[in-house]
Amino acid sequence: MTLLLPRPLGRTLRRIALAAALTLPASPAFAEEAADISGAQRIVSIGGSVTEIMYALGEEGRLVARDSTSGFPDAATALPDVGYMRALSPEGVLSVKPDAILMLDGSGPPEALAVLREAGVPYVAVPETYDRAGILGKIEKVGEAIGASDKAAKLSEQVAAELDAAIDEAKARGRDARVLFILSMNGGRILASGTGTAANGIIEMAGATNAMGVFEGYKQINDEALIAAAPDVILMISRGEGHTASADQVFANASLAQTPAGQNKRLIQMDGLYLIGFGPRTGAAVRDLSAALADMGL
Amino acid sequence: MSLTSSSLSERLLPERVVARARLGDREPLARLVIAGLAVLLVAVMLFSLTTGALQISLSAVVNGLFGQGEAASPSELRDRIVLMDVRLPRVLLGALIGAALAVSGAVMQGLFRNPLADPGIVGVSAGAGLGAASMIVLGTTALSPVVAVLGIYALPLAAFLGGLVTTFALYRIGTRGGMTSIATMLLAGIALAALAGAATGLLVFIADDQQLRDLNFWGLGSLAGANWEKILAAGPIIAIVLVGVPFLASGLNALVLGEAAAGHLGIRVQRLKRIAIVAVAAATGASVAVSGGIGFVGIVVPHLLRLTIGPDHRFLLPACALLGGSLLILADTVSRTIVAPAELPIGILTALAGAPFFLWILLRRKGLIAT
Repeated sequence: MTLLLPRPLGRTLRRIALAAALTLPASPAFAEEAADISGAQRIVSIGGSVTEIMYALGEEGRLVARDSTSGFPDAATALPDVGYMRALSPEGVLSVKPDAILMLDGSGPPEALAVLREAGVPYVAVPETYDRAGILGKIEKVGEAIGASDKAAKLSEQVAAELDAAIDEAKARGRDARVLFILSMNGGRILASGTGTAANGIIEMAGATNAMGVFEGYKQINDEALIAAAPDVILMISRGEGHTASADQVFANASLAQTPAGQNKRLIQMDGLYLIGFGPRTGAAVRDLSAALADMGL
Repeated sequence: MSLTSSSLSERLLPERVVARARLGDREPLARLVIAGLAVLLVAVMLFSLTTGALQISLSAVVNGLFGQGEAASPSELRDRIVLMDVRLPRVLLGALIGAALAVSGAVMQGLFRNPLADPGIVGVSAGAGLGAASMIVLGTTALSPVVAVLGIYALPLAAFLGGLVTTFALYRIGTRGGMTSIATMLLAGIALAALAGAATGLLVFIADDQQLRDLNFWGLGSLAGANWEKILAAGPIIAIVLVGVPFLASGLNALVLGEAAAGHLGIRVQRLKRIAIVAVAAATGASVAVSGGIGFVGIVVPHLLRLTIGPDHRFLLPACALLGGSLLILADTVSRTIVAPAELPIGILTALAGAPFFLWILLRRKGLIAT
């Protein structure tokens, strides 16, 4: 681990390499990222939050397909699903006859994007960071791309107000809770989120502390470290009707049972896209999370 | 032989061929099967070219493949790009990789005189997996200078090198005093695979969630990333192996009798082993590098053909190449249409179809299923 370059530097280098690789065979019209798709009427939306923003802008009539992470609003699930955002099939995307693609940064693979560009379908990548500015930036980027900047400015203002209110409310709670976000716990192995993750972002916005702030990314954690982290509450994603683990199941884990969270059986479960999608509903998610913490006396 | 299969073949094949096959001479049968498989491959290629999420008519396909001039409308341009840059590379890559995996499997089973040998047995899959995982996980950090230079070729190159290095190490471990012990190679292969697996596990541990997704998709294997660059990278290696491997056929046939007996028949056994191992490592490494791990083609295809045309490698190897290619193209066509506009990784399909079939072969061998 100590051998590795600082992550942002590595990421930047990779972006440069990727951009170079991608733009080499491109025709000049689409080589720039800032392709003009403002007039597009058949848009494929890739990324749950991007799709949500399109709906929040009232521009959903211009969508013809979405990716598998776009599960909200319900109406979006009626659109054809072109697969997981990082494993797109170029022919699948082209089969819905799009005139533009709006996608979250990191969508791909690069080979698929190369074919799409060659087929003359322009795309705009929407950057993502896990904080307040990131959400507002996404809304503005989407609005600017599809030629709806005015609507986007209004939405951004509204979302900013909601976020600020929720964050202030969370701060006013006053107590600092240690929250452990568990991505999965298959076979007793607990995969928890460290810093730099979407979960870390939402925990901080809700005025709480990530109990696993000592490492970066999602990692499997050992039982003793789990006890040492002393989380006050466990945060998990609910997997829909009938698949959600109950508090009893979660705290059946011997080490989790030792923690303050386990002793008080404090478990919060929320929908994944709602909780860590970083879209227009994040303000509400922050308020819900904060309220849930307050209910538990945290 | 079972009643049902012989009555079926009697209906399909000339009487003379069936009679000679009954007497133990399956050569005429093998020739017929190979001719049939060649026709099948062409048919499957055409079927795959005309099938997909996007409706493209046969005339448009023919026009796209052989026609001249510029595309008239945006939709024609789109169809042509799907045809030339998505479907055609996938069909050709599918044919190459399916052939490479099936032929490699047949050669390994002959060389190891073990029906369970697959191309992965020379360590190439584990090594390639480790090479690919290194690039996926460390490509953003420790190996980013490599990615900066090689771009999208860094991953396949790392996989190919990883495969070759592992095979080379195995060969060195298994060779003593100029003789390669197949048993030592087999056992050492298990140890090296475990080692590569452990290193890959370590990389999985330090991977972030996006890299985990990429690792997962790579491990399942897919022809989805097929493009002309990949064909140019892997194609020549696989083509050389496919053309060269039939020259090993008589040696592999003699090897059935055992190494000593093959030696007495004038086969240079050590040289045969070395060439076969290098050929398989190169072909499989190139395949894994561009398409990830695609399972079961290397086991199922040779077994299926041995049941039909017998174990003579002179016929088995070309038949494997033809059927392996056809099956992989067919599986890929299903993978890109069954959940369209999304697609299923092909490794899932080959394992889903291959594993039960393999179990059936095993049960049949034990005589538990009467056929």
